[in-house]
Amino acid sequence: MRLSTSTLYVTATTAGLALVLTACGGGSGAKSTSAGTWDKNATVNVGSLYEPQNLDNTAGGGQGVTEALNGNVYEGLFRLTDDGKVDKLLAQDYQASADGLTYTFTLRSGVKFHSGKELTSADVKYSLEKVLADDSQSARKSNLEVVKDIATPDAHTVKVTLSQKSISFVYNLSYVWIINSEAKELKTSEDGTGPYTLAKWTRGSALSLNRFAGYWGDAAANKQVVFHYYKDATALNNALLTNAVDVVTSEQSPDALAQFKSNQSYKVNDGNSTTKLLLAFNDKAKPFTDVKVRQAVSAAIDDQKLLESVWGGYGKLIGSMVPPTDPWYEDLTKVNAYDVTKAKKLLAEAGYAKGFSFTLDTPNYDPHPTAATFIKSQLAKVGITVKINTITPDEWYTKVYKNHDFTATLQEHVNDRDLVWYGNPDFYWGYDNKQVTQWVAQAEEATTTAQQTELLKKVNRQTAEDAASDWLYLYPQIVVANSKLSGYPLNGLNSQFYAYDIKKQG
Amino acid sequence: MGRYLLRRFVFLLVSLALASVVLFVLLRLLPGDPANALTSVGASPEQIAAARHSIGSDRPLPEQFTHWLGQLASGDLGTSFVSSLPVGPEVAARLNVTVPLTLAAFVLAVVIAVPVGFVAAYKRHTWYGALLSGISQLGIAVPVFWLGMILVAVFALNAGWLPSGGFPLDGWSAPADAVRSLVLPVVTIALVMSASLIRYVRSAALDVLGSDYLRTARALGASFPRAMWRHGLRNASVPVISVLGIELASTLLGAVVVESVYALPGLGSLLATGIAQHDYPVIQGVLFVSTLAVLGIGFAADLAQRIIDPRLRGRLSGGAR
Repeated sequence: MRLSTSTLYVTATTAGLALVLTACGGGSGAKSTSAGTWDKNATVNVGSLYEPQNLDNTAGGGQGVTEALNGNVYEGLFRLTDDGKVDKLLAQDYQASADGLTYTFTLRSGVKFHSGKELTSADVKYSLEKVLADDSQSARKSNLEVVKDIATPDAHTVKVTLSQKSISFVYNLSYVWIINSEAKELKTSEDGTGPYTLAKWTRGSALSLNRFAGYWGDAAANKQVVFHYYKDATALNNALLTNAVDVVTSEQSPDALAQFKSNQSYKVNDGNSTTKLLLAFNDKAKPFTDVKVRQAVSAAIDDQKLLESVWGGYGKLIGSMVPPTDPWYEDLTKVNAYDVTKAKKLLAEAGYAKGFSFTLDTPNYDPHPTAATFIKSQLAKVGITVKINTITPDEWYTKVYKNHDFTATLQEHVNDRDLVWYGNPDFYWGYDNKQVTQWVAQAEEATTTAQQTELLKKVNRQTAEDAASDWLYLYPQIVVANSKLSGYPLNGLNSQFYAYDIKKQG
Repeated sequence: MGRYLLRRFVFLLVSLALASVVLFVLLRLLPGDPANALTSVGASPEQIAAARHSIGSDRPLPEQFTHWLGQLASGDLGTSFVSSLPVGPEVAARLNVTVPLTLAAFVLAVVIAVPVGFVAAYKRHTWYGALLSGISQLGIAVPVFWLGMILVAVFALNAGWLPSGGFPLDGWSAPADAVRSLVLPVVTIALVMSASLIRYVRSAALDVLGSDYLRTARALGASFPRAMWRHGLRNASVPVISVLGIELASTLLGAVVVESVYALPGLGSLLATGIAQHDYPVIQGVLFVSTLAVLGIGFAADLAQRIIDPRLRGRLSGGAR
């Protein structure tokens, strides 16, 4: 399971809970560099472990539907680029009122849906309302609930009124697909405005996209994209080795990388991920109510060694919830860094000179069991006994996430900009610092991004110093591709995989 | 025979009814709430209640069960909780892969096992008879996924003759590609299946070889092949057929490992996904269809035995008269 802040979804591959804690987003990265001559009518075969559940991202399509359709088949008013910037897409322009409560969007003209209908403001209103509907399972629903009213003064103007200021509003709109208001059967078909149309979806196997001749912007650099779905990472790697696929969107098997690294025919790209592995304390449960105990545990674990044992040379250490791609990143790895002597001293000060014992609720799939065993051996050195309690994603959700019935747990948090959850005292980890809560609220109501960034940097530092959780490491984002390919996204921010710039040598 | 068929058919229906109760109830004894998968992380109790209501899991179990039976009666397997798509067409699409895969593997396994098993029995005192017997023993111990990996490494990664996995996007509309993609999975299942089949064929053949009727037939002047063909094969096939029925049935769902290794969109992988997601309608749909298939296969095996062995006629399986 992966925790992302708005929707809990279960991926097709693992029995995983994806807790997507979304806030507002960004990241940085670059595209792979361009190659020489390329085939304009190539078919690009993409290998992935994440098949969509259905094709509607407001009806539980999961991360697979974002990967395949976001930006390729459907477009938003804004686009989140692979390096984390928010660009205008279907919005030609927009204006925010001085009080930050009214946004007026002018739509790009001449945009056609795949069915041939022209894009109008009514479609935008419909699409936004679809995300906000009662039965919507959109990951961004809670972020967009500040929307009070949507008006359509003319066919190309949309006026949105908010109930309170929200600096991340435009960012959040990049997750709202603009869909033809008359479209039907969105779970198995589509009607978007993107550079590709859906050609065929064979469930359990593959999904293909064809270049859309009537696209309003630059045509896609390839004629067809086929996403091939695998349940087994080895099967996926074999497909790449036999040229059945040209690129793997997210390599999840570090052991397999050596065979691609040593081979000239492939390129292993080490991009920036936003997925963090957390040892999350229950800050409301003894002994983790004591900041010194939390600091001691954080200092007693050698994160570098853990990262190496799980991911080899890949991935990064982080000293807080903020990955380098978030605008409010600061290198805080020095705060509560690995220091056994200091850990022992802190424990003594907290009255636990002889250590203590606690139960670690550990999700039953990789890398959690490995991490739990490692933490157990590390903490034994400072006298702390860890009891590992292995649980299923479902149990995790009920016991830890909903009932807060735990002392400490392990969990991966997927999304960018999810630091803000430390401003919510009711969140599962129970971190309750009034100052931090206030900073987070002020940041969302900030007038400029500079103000927002400044406030969230304070939050970042404070939570790190408080050892609100122990941030073990940042996952790597590894895209492995055939050397004939260029132009593919490297960071895959929030599971996106824009395919329209991919060029394949003839 | 007519009466037998009727009774056997009633028996099949009763088994099916019992099986559907068991699978429905057992599924709901599992921990976890499917509504969790349908709601946002911060969902309010009202939202979760609404999700439960939308999938009907807030209704009493007997009501849910009768609702499901009602759907089944009209040929509807329900709608997936997770994808909100109908289960029936999905199961049908997966059968398009699983049925050819299973049948082809089954036929290949029989083609390998019957002659090998007979030779292993007849020539048991020679070195190659012992060798065949030894290899089949070893074959039983080989894990399917390991064999699959080896075959992929040899025939797909090194030789490049066959795809390492996947099924063509166009499915059976691209017959050559579809067949190519099934070759290695079929061989994998067939080899593993034939290993245990060889053991059964060998032991059935040994029984026959030591039997009085074969000796009598030979004493009456029949050549060994003729005696074997007229009396031996027929007698040996009775126990082998019941094993064949069981093997075929277990392969239908047991193909899940092979489907995963070869990335095939089959019934087993649908079941695995359904279980991971607490998607009751999908799990029920797959299990119901496979229960039906297993009972059908059992029926066919029974029938085949009765046709081959007249002594069984007039008896209903299970000892009833």
